[in-house]
Amino acid sequence: MIADLVVHVLFMLYAISFMMGLATIFTWVERKLSAIMSDRIGANRCYLRVPFTNVKFVAWGLFHGIADGGKLLLKENFTPTTYDRLCYDLAPWLAAVPVLLVFAVIPFGGTLTPSGLIDASAFPWLSEQVSRFFGERSYVMQVAALDAGVLFVLAVSGVGILATMLAGWSSNNKFSLMGTARAASQMISYEVAMGLALLGVIVTYGTLDLHQMVEQQQRLLFGALPAWGIFLQPLAFLLFLTAAIAENKRIPFDLPECESELVAGYFTEYTGMKMGLFMLSEFIEIVVIAALLVTLFLGGYNLPYLTDAGFVFPDGSEWYLPHAAVVVLQVATFAAKTFIVGCFQIQVRWTLPRFRYDQLMAFGWKFLLPLAMINLVVTVCLRWALP
Amino acid sequence: MSGPRAKKRYWNQPTMGWWERVYILEVVRGLCITGGVFLGNMWKWMTFRKGALTTYYPEERRADYSPNNRGRHVLTRRPNGGVQCVSCNMCATACPAYCIEILSAADFTDRAHPKAPERFEIDYSRCIFCGYCVEACPEDAIRMVEDVPDLPGFDRDRMWGKIDLLTQWHPQSDPRKRYPDAPGTGAGAQT
Repeated sequence: MIADLVVHVLFMLYAISFMMGLATIFTWVERKLSAIMSDRIGANRCYLRVPFTNVKFVAWGLFHGIADGGKLLLKENFTPTTYDRLCYDLAPWLAAVPVLLVFAVIPFGGTLTPSGLIDASAFPWLSEQVSRFFGERSYVMQVAALDAGVLFVLAVSGVGILATMLAGWSSNNKFSLMGTARAASQMISYEVAMGLALLGVIVTYGTLDLHQMVEQQQRLLFGALPAWGIFLQPLAFLLFLTAAIAENKRIPFDLPECESELVAGYFTEYTGMKMGLFMLSEFIEIVVIAALLVTLFLGGYNLPYLTDAGFVFPDGSEWYLPHAAVVVLQVATFAAKTFIVGCFQIQVRWTLPRFRYDQLMAFGWKFLLPLAMINLVVTVCLRWALP
Repeated sequence: MSGPRAKKRYWNQPTMGWWERVYILEVVRGLCITGGVFLGNMWKWMTFRKGALTTYYPEERRADYSPNNRGRHVLTRRPNGGVQCVSCNMCATACPAYCIEILSAADFTDRAHPKAPERFEIDYSRCIFCGYCVEACPEDAIRMVEDVPDLPGFDRDRMWGKIDLLTQWHPQSDPRKRYPDAPGTGAGAQT
């Protein structure tokens, strides 16, 4: 019982620090990547100084995220003269909490068996203690092992719409209201295409459990190609990526908060850390979307040919690894894949221009939705024809 | 097609081929361009070259930085080290940004120049670097040199050019310009 608690608290701590840390790093990546892509240097002035010395650690501007956080915390908490107090204060939390919750069902590693972690021949006493404490239990490396993981993702990410609507409505500002109207219609429209794209994936794997989906991606296609979702459902991958970026309200879909038209959109009237929570939830959502894409389409924590015992290559050669090495490798693989996909999202954000609003709606309803439907129909037919 | 609902066609209206109309292909092309620039600049960075066009401004200056730029004021000094300014306030009067402040002091032991500034301060947060103060000065006491003041700071109070910052130019180190004679003395009495 206590063993379960220890492991799950550790998983939760890892999940939260993974999301927060990666989101902070992505603020740095956003600055640096955009700068390097456009022949600039990027933010590089922030430093940590060793006290009482003149030794400064600049680290290519990595500490700008810390400076941003400190600045936002110290800002005045300005509120408009007339506003709805309850909704106004609730909205930033509603924006930040659901994106944190989505990560609960994402498996960030394979199956962990604590008693197998420590080599019994090298550290006999420690190994015995660990085995006595944990027994023969094994844990799926996931905060909440839900059967209906995909449904949970869709349900919780739908709550994010409420946050934008509450924020825009309660702050009593025309720009906020227009941003809210845009955000609501955009997010609802793209939720449809996203759900339909996910249906194709669900039909392919035959399960709603994200961990089982990842386990199915360990198989090999044609003896050599890993059976990742991107090879089974390439169109659904593109549709889900597009719809997810639109859900996150980032360029090219950032009409709810487009600076050139609507000051800052639905969070115009927010200052300090309330605004910071909106920004932070946007960056956490990059991490969550990247983690979802990795889980559903890019093999999750799987490296090609890596099984729970070690590497098994298609030519028959095998390279067995201890359990601890496999666990570390799987967790690191998941983190690396998430980072790369997040960087790709940031590259998209700094490459494409913003859509016009009618183009945005037409793109969602006339292009993505029919494609998602076609994808679903073809997937169902193939699934029926090839059991 | 005509009438009020007809869409006006401009002479430079862009035409899109099927490639642009599909859009997703152009997206891929754009991603390739930005990714290529990114990888090129990263490769330059890894091989210790500079990919960025921008400069680390105060530490580094572009090669085509204009040699005619006059960004910093100096107060010229007499050979004895005193400031040449007689605090007549003509520069402060001529200044369109009202950024020069002079507090004068009297020193009657110096018969030729009894009036000298005790404080001579330029507010660089307001100065527009027009050079009118240099033109207005009857004593050639204020000049502008190629340097730029070290402006970035955390505080507006740090953006004042105080008298010790301004008196870094000594006439004897500039052979191009002869030091002017003191009033009431003959030519070459003081060099």
